[in-house]
Amino acid sequence: MVSEPVIKTVNLDCFFGAHQVLRNINLEIPPNEILGIIGPANSGKTTFLRALNRLNYLHRTYSQSGEILLDGRDIRQISDNLLRKKIGIIFALPQVLPVSIFDNVAYGPKVHGVTNKETVGRTVEEALKKAYLWEEVKDRLQEPAVRLSGGQQQRLCIARTLAVGPQVILYDEPCSGLDPISTAKVEDAMQQLKTDYTQILVTNNTKQASRVSERCAFFLMGELVEIGPTHDLFTYPQDKRTDDYITGRFG
Amino acid sequence: MNGAKIRQQIAFSILGVITLLIVVPIILVILYIVINGAGSITWQFLTQEPRSGMKAGGIFPAIVGTILLVLGTMLFALPLGVLSAIYLVEYARDDLFTRMIKLSVVNLSGIPSIVYGLFGFTAFVLLLHCGTSILAGSLTLGIMSLPVIITASKEALESVPFTYREISLSLGATKWQTIRYCVLPYAIPGILTGTVLSLSRAAGETAPILFTVAAFYLPRLPRSAFDQVMALPYHLYVIATQVPNIPTSISFATALVLIALVFLMNLVSIILRAHYRKKRLW
Repeated sequence: MVSEPVIKTVNLDCFFGAHQVLRNINLEIPPNEILGIIGPANSGKTTFLRALNRLNYLHRTYSQSGEILLDGRDIRQISDNLLRKKIGIIFALPQVLPVSIFDNVAYGPKVHGVTNKETVGRTVEEALKKAYLWEEVKDRLQEPAVRLSGGQQQRLCIARTLAVGPQVILYDEPCSGLDPISTAKVEDAMQQLKTDYTQILVTNNTKQASRVSERCAFFLMGELVEIGPTHDLFTYPQDKRTDDYITGRFG
Repeated sequence: MNGAKIRQQIAFSILGVITLLIVVPIILVILYIVINGAGSITWQFLTQEPRSGMKAGGIFPAIVGTILLVLGTMLFALPLGVLSAIYLVEYARDDLFTRMIKLSVVNLSGIPSIVYGLFGFTAFVLLLHCGTSILAGSLTLGIMSLPVIITASKEALESVPFTYREISLSLGATKWQTIRYCVLPYAIPGILTGTVLSLSRAAGETAPILFTVAAFYLPRLPRSAFDQVMALPYHLYVIATQVPNIPTSISFATALVLIALVFLMNLVSIILRAHYRKKRLW
């Protein structure tokens, strides 16, 4: 059975000012998939990710054409707040707010109008459990989040995103600043989240993409060069440029 | 020691001495005023109205007047200044209109205070029929305080890391929620500093209140915002220049009270700032 894609892009072009960053991207992402996106710096991976929840529009020179569909619905018909509630993002460097561990996770529910203290508390606990952080922080929820280690902070960011109740989670090189053990923990969390969420992982680390993702896309200079099951892409790349990149000839 | 090290020592010494020079005038001014004025500070001086042609008695009405003017100024300038800073930093596009506003703010701070005084007299006292009153004086001082409050607030808002806004927006918060919860709380210490700075300035200004509010001699306390009041800086000017044969110790004591008042305001802002810093958890 082929399920309807959660996210679909049709002829997506992205620009910063006059500079075209993405060219004609056509992608479909089915539910519960982990899609890896690899490619060298400046290939447009991050722009693609941030196009999906319209974060690119924080830059005043940004513009795009083509369509992005969430559950078959053009995202232009969805308000920014609702879209970003449905499509959460984890940034490259762990970015926590200068408040307590609890308040970091509770921020999302708060801005979406959850006022009942018990509900918020339960949501925070569930989110932290899903992000594999609960056991490490349950006794110090009121401590400043910045006191956590880098890996813990990144999992806190995942919990913060989960607490909003998203459908899709975007990761923008989430482990670029983390040591191997913390990286493994983040990757574990991603595997566990597969059952409930659709995930897109942008990474500079081809090994990580091959470990975590089911399908993988290779971006180069704003173009989607190739997409396919991760194993196939890494063993029999169809395009010479993909082959060059994964065998380390450039990038 | 080689030549480079010696030159470095010389440079450091010069910089150190020059920095020390900055402290000298402030200490001298305060010392001079305290030595000459402290003796005349009594409970009566602080709590009674002036008597015998201001040569005796206290300065209570002027103290009350200055406090009322500072409060009135804050009432107008703080919301106006902070809200416009929020608009300029968070909402305004970088177009001709915005640049004109920014240029106006810079230029406002360059206007001499006597011009503010005349403007306040024409605009508020005459045109808006406020009369010579606390209202007119507060509005005039408020406009004068705006540029510093706006500039300080702008800088405070701009120094809040962009990532806080990005986190908040990425979680689906609206722009206003983002400003309210993720920007303003961290900008408050900076905003407070700028506000207190400009309010201390306003507390000590004479020219803007000269035609708009200040009374030469008015021993009773004001009953409404449409009353005139005495104010410390103007009172100081009056007793120093208009009243012959007045003991100089009274002038110095008045100056001391004014400086103490400003110092008190700064103290409050330091305490508030520390309180807000503590709330930020790093």
